[in-house]
Amino acid sequence: MANTSESSSAGQAMPVAVGQISAGLSAPGGGGTDGRRNGLDFSDAKPGRHSQDKIFHAVAVGCGALILVALGAVVLFLLLRAWPIFAGPQAKTSAVFASLSGGKAHGFWQYVGPLVFGTVVIAALALAIAFFVAVGVALFITFYARKRIQTVLNYVVDLLAAIPSVIYGLWGALVLVPATYPFWNWVSAHLGWIPLFAGPAANPPRTVASAAVILAIMIMPIITSMTRDIFAATPRLNQEAALALGATKWEMIKLTALPFAKSGMVSASMLALGRALGETMAVMMVLSPGMTYSWHWLQASKSQTIAANIAAQYPEADSLGVSALIATGLVLFVITFVVNLLARRITRKGGAR
Amino acid sequence: MKESDKKVVESSVAQSSEPKPATVAPVTETSNPVTAVASEAAGPTPDFSKFKPSNALLKQREWKSRIMAGVIGLAFVVAMIPLISLLWTTIARGVKRLNLNFLTFNMSGVIGGMPTPSGGHGGIEHAIIGTLEVTLGAILISVPVGLMCAIYLTEYARGSKFAKAISLLVNVMSGIPSIVAGLFAFSLFAILMGPGVSNGFEGSVALSILMIPTVVNSSVEMLRIVPDDLREASYALGVTKSRTIVKVVLRTALPGIVSGVILAIARVIGETAPLLMTAGFIVTTNWNLFSGQMTTLPVFVYQEYSKMSVTCPPNAGPGCVASIPSERSWAAALVLIAIVLVLNLIGRLVQRLFSVETK
Repeated sequence: MANTSESSSAGQAMPVAVGQISAGLSAPGGGGTDGRRNGLDFSDAKPGRHSQDKIFHAVAVGCGALILVALGAVVLFLLLRAWPIFAGPQAKTSAVFASLSGGKAHGFWQYVGPLVFGTVVIAALALAIAFFVAVGVALFITFYARKRIQTVLNYVVDLLAAIPSVIYGLWGALVLVPATYPFWNWVSAHLGWIPLFAGPAANPPRTVASAAVILAIMIMPIITSMTRDIFAATPRLNQEAALALGATKWEMIKLTALPFAKSGMVSASMLALGRALGETMAVMMVLSPGMTYSWHWLQASKSQTIAANIAAQYPEADSLGVSALIATGLVLFVITFVVNLLARRITRKGGAR
Repeated sequence: MKESDKKVVESSVAQSSEPKPATVAPVTETSNPVTAVASEAAGPTPDFSKFKPSNALLKQREWKSRIMAGVIGLAFVVAMIPLISLLWTTIARGVKRLNLNFLTFNMSGVIGGMPTPSGGHGGIEHAIIGTLEVTLGAILISVPVGLMCAIYLTEYARGSKFAKAISLLVNVMSGIPSIVAGLFAFSLFAILMGPGVSNGFEGSVALSILMIPTVVNSSVEMLRIVPDDLREASYALGVTKSRTIVKVVLRTALPGIVSGVILAIARVIGETAPLLMTAGFIVTTNWNLFSGQMTTLPVFVYQEYSKMSVTCPPNAGPGCVASIPSERSWAAALVLIAIVLVLNLIGRLVQRLFSVETK
């Protein structure tokens, strides 16, 4: 490829290239799509186009397009496989929903309603628990820990985020759930007058509250690592200015870091919420499922999430049952899609960086 | 105990952030309440001695700062408790069954809690093989696609509308729940190859849906930090664009891309739900990725967990262990955690060792 230009005399090739570059310079922004190159578009400055080049370009574009195709295919194939449950005869589908829900639901929305409710409640509860602790940890790492400890802690947080959910589930079901019964029992005894904590607390507490705690532990590192990065990016000058004006350390954080990181914190928690909404194994292994719209967090068999329900029912479901489960999966997909889209929107608008 | 700590953190943070100003500038904040009072009360000639901070006020602010430091430290301690507990239990309960026999035998011929002829109580050889093959399949699909997509985004279409749409969708795709990816692979194979298909490659497809966005995002970041000078120098020498990308840009960004891929592997290697419904579960070793079910480590952990315990007949003798499924589950979990942690370590090590050269 490069040989062709070498074999022709160098004196011939050079002026052409220089001429093209200067032409690019004289018309700034004319050819170049990229602002970083000051309008220089080097795609014209090469000695001729080669077929290898074209193939490479085409493959790159194709792989980019493949992302679109893949996402489209996810929706398409889920719809195709879920279709029988919408198109099938009424009597048959309602029988499927009745068998899946233990006779409680007879239509799709009747079936998916409590599941959506459970998914949203558990994920929101997890976020409420995790958010403040996660931000606290991020603040501790960026503003209170020493430099050497900082790197260790950063590594630990990333490790926490990498631990597989099935291990969180295993630990949650065998260690955390039995260990927290006294606490839940105490809560239901002393705060039982609040409907949310109405007793008696289930023993073992395979409840919405326990599932939310497990999910909170799982999403905490995600929020921490993202907010930590934003806190670390807080302008140094702002911090120093605040301290110079006599602000205490907390006032400095409150005045500089928190407002700066606000949009980042929101979008991090949205992403974590998306993760919590789709989490399967930990919820399935900890929660005792139920199909009701119940706010009693400390009682067993009240709620179930979409993802856990799919994984739990899937092995025993017949063909039409699988269609029904895939239809609920589509609903989950839509919910997480919206949440993630919102998270990205907020990041872009806030422009923390 | 833990829960009450969290409550404290919550309430105190909520209280203290309440009077938070909308603006960032620290100057306006410190003078804000003061000027407001001054303009109302004192009129045009403010009495500046009024604003001299009293000792009590200074003390109060100092204390507040200290209390918040305590609360933040407490949040940190609370967050560390589950991590330490998780790692400790997994190691403590996992080492009990973790031995060479456990690693080199599969679960065929295991009856209840009885010891197998090999002397152990079954093992995870088949699950390790399954995990490696399924993950390898996912790597082979997602690394080329993800890398080429990243090259398109950074080298060919910086800022075009199509590229913007792609990068948005990549971001959204990274939030797809793993179970939906599993359902997708299941539907795809059920529709294209007939119902009842279950093999390792199906699991690879599901995992690659989860892996591609991670690969794209990390590669894009790495390709962006390659200095433009390098590209321009290469073009000035008359090298074609594709050759420049392969020989100059990719070679420069390679360490970062490799570490990104390793971290992506570490993420998907622990996925359970999508494999539960695609790759399935068997007790014997299956080397063929494209035919027959395959057990993976996370699925093995879950399956053994859901068995919980087996019953030992009264005449079984001391060799029969009733709690063997739970013990196998912890041992497999320990192996899985070890794999994930080692992958993470390698990823970060690669990043650290080679990243100096790119700058």
